[in-house]
Amino acid sequence: MAYEKVNELNLKETELCLGLPGRKEEVKEEQDVSCVRSNNKRQFEETRDEEESKPPTKTQIVGWPPVRSYRKNNSVSYVKVSMDGAPYLRKIDLKTYKNYPELLKALENMFKFTIGEYCEREGYKGSGFVPTYEDKDGDWMLVGDVPWDMFSSSCKRLRIMKGSEASALDSSSL
Amino acid sequence: MNYFPDEVIEHVFDFVTSHKDRNTISLVCKSWYKIERFSRQQVFIGNCYAINPERLLRRFPCFKSLTLKGKPHFADFNLVPHEWGGFVQPWIEALARGRVGLEELRLKRMVVTDESLELLSRSFASFKSLVLVSCEGFTTDGLASIAANCRHLQELDLQENEIDDHRGQWLSCFPDTCTTLVTLNFACLEGETNLVALERLVARSPNLKSLKLNRAVPLDALARLMLCAPQIVDLGVGSYENDPDSESYLKLKAAIKKCTSLRSLSGFLEAAPHCLSAFHPICHNLTSLNLSYAAEIHGSHLIKLIQHCKNLQRLWILDSIGDNGLEVVASTCKELQELRVFPCDLVGVGDTTVTEEGLVAISAGCPKLHSILYFCNQMTNAALIIVAKNCPNFIRFRLCILEPNKPDHETSQPLDEGFGAIVKACKSLRRLSVSGLLTDQVFYYIGMYANQLEMLSIAFAGDTDKGMLSVLNGCKKMRKLEIRDSPFGDKALLADVNKYETMRSLWMSSCEVTLSGCKRLAQKAPWLNVEIINENDNNRMEQNGHEGRQKVDKMYLYRTVVGTRMDVPPFVWIL
Repeated sequence: MAYEKVNELNLKETELCLGLPGRKEEVKEEQDVSCVRSNNKRQFEETRDEEESKPPTKTQIVGWPPVRSYRKNNSVSYVKVSMDGAPYLRKIDLKTYKNYPELLKALENMFKFTIGEYCEREGYKGSGFVPTYEDKDGDWMLVGDVPWDMFSSSCKRLRIMKGSEASALDSSSL
Repeated sequence: MNYFPDEVIEHVFDFVTSHKDRNTISLVCKSWYKIERFSRQQVFIGNCYAINPERLLRRFPCFKSLTLKGKPHFADFNLVPHEWGGFVQPWIEALARGRVGLEELRLKRMVVTDESLELLSRSFASFKSLVLVSCEGFTTDGLASIAANCRHLQELDLQENEIDDHRGQWLSCFPDTCTTLVTLNFACLEGETNLVALERLVARSPNLKSLKLNRAVPLDALARLMLCAPQIVDLGVGSYENDPDSESYLKLKAAIKKCTSLRSLSGFLEAAPHCLSAFHPICHNLTSLNLSYAAEIHGSHLIKLIQHCKNLQRLWILDSIGDNGLEVVASTCKELQELRVFPCDLVGVGDTTVTEEGLVAISAGCPKLHSILYFCNQMTNAALIIVAKNCPNFIRFRLCILEPNKPDHETSQPLDEGFGAIVKACKSLRRLSVSGLLTDQVFYYIGMYANQLEMLSIAFAGDTDKGMLSVLNGCKKMRKLEIRDSPFGDKALLADVNKYETMRSLWMSSCEVTLSGCKRLAQKAPWLNVEIINENDNNRMEQNGHEGRQKVDKMYLYRTVVGTRMDVPPFVWIL
């Protein structure tokens, strides 16, 4: 999957499309989804035009750091996983999962709960549990928005929100 | 020399093995050219598209060993699409047709299929050695063909390849009559391994010197393998997942003590750190240690291990070793020649990493150091200046500051002076990678002082075309130049078209070169292949009215004697 140059305003020509997490190949057919530049973040959508002058951050640069993909794929990267209300945290190695469905299933098994269905506009619906993650820039993001590779290389920790705090992230506020 | 018969001259040439020297010899006169071509045993082709197999065979009909490199270096970092090219199949087909007595094939960054491996295994009766580095496109079925059909196989060395593991029985495809193995490296295979077949293979290979296991080999099997092969020189222990109280661990300790020839150690993918002490008795013999995949090893266990390794010449480690750990290396490993410090945490802002202090300590403590690859979070000019003073013998200096454009963290200045000091002091420098905040000034220094520089990697650096021009004008020995995300454009690209004939290749991605600039270059230099790689567009650029001024996302150009390649995928456009 190609990523655009961070500083180029080439909105129509993106190859990145949003859709159900983990189904990259099918998503490619649905061309007209809102275009995403590689450094788009859900809460910063409105500032897209200003981002042209921002220097690239570590999070989103393709091929950086210059480490062989073999080495990247074989490096262990444990992230802490917390669930609201659970007495202790867990740790998982993101490298053991290849896509979002695998990760979400593992989380469901680990904490014995069910995650609702993801959709791009409204996040996770149906269960009151929302998987979120902290990225390299320290921002809390919704799991599933960005392509898997980008997520797994920028996720620092996971938090499964539930209850009232979770519902605040539903459709209305975004 | 002209008074000697050809056979005598040929015999003299036998002592000349470096391909550079042989190339030079062949230029002396026609008769030497002829003698040299028929006697060349090993051929090195740094870019598989610079020449084709037919011409290779015409010039060197008698070679036995071939080294081929395919994709450009930045393919290692996912900057080149998988289908770009670099297929070995046509080479193997041509060599088979030409009845070459091929004994050794070494491939780097090429696409290798099971079909290719099968053809290889059936076409060359004396085939002895297969080395694949960073290749892809094949499965364990291909390995099974090699195992089954290469009767005299000595070396099967798979380094960091993407191999589809069908969990088959490829190891059991080595016939019982195969007893010639010297090197067996399958560390990059992900799947389960047939342990019985492996143990029997090792037991019947008395010449086995290098054995690198994958992560699926458990500790008790490792112990048994080492007992079968006490002559081992180079060992990759695989996962080394173990329990210090188990009987296997005791057996392992006993086996290790017998491996008095062991010089090189790697693996430890899942290692429990306190079990490293099993290796302490033989550490003083080690000249090479690769712990760069051993994420679980750090802190005091790592330090203790290193303190036993007084004769290390090569160390590959993760940055979790910290500056303190590097100080231990500096005070222990006085024979150190090559150091690589890889980033452990590719995600976070970095817990423990290394800084300029670690680098300075190493430079002060290790007088024989000539090659370094160092990933770190911060650097200063002052540190680099000290390093240059301590180690004027660097041949390879690759520094990667993880955050692009990061300045000297003490002075907030660009790192021009620091790198300038390195190129000024290190007169034998052949390879350089720069990083951090850099202006055109650093390239002025590089052009001025780096007279022996052959390979330069640039990312997020420079201000204007002057930077790139300094390098192109100054570095007479430049062979490979790779640039990404830097503001160099057509003016620099087109200034001296003939320069590219002296170079193997130039890569520029996310720079300022335009399509019309590349087209002008291609026109002026028909002996170059100028490739535009544009995954997004599929030649949309051609139809667009503004095509001339459009910036090119990725350009890769290389000299070639055989023109445009025939296997171009749709997203590559050769001008």
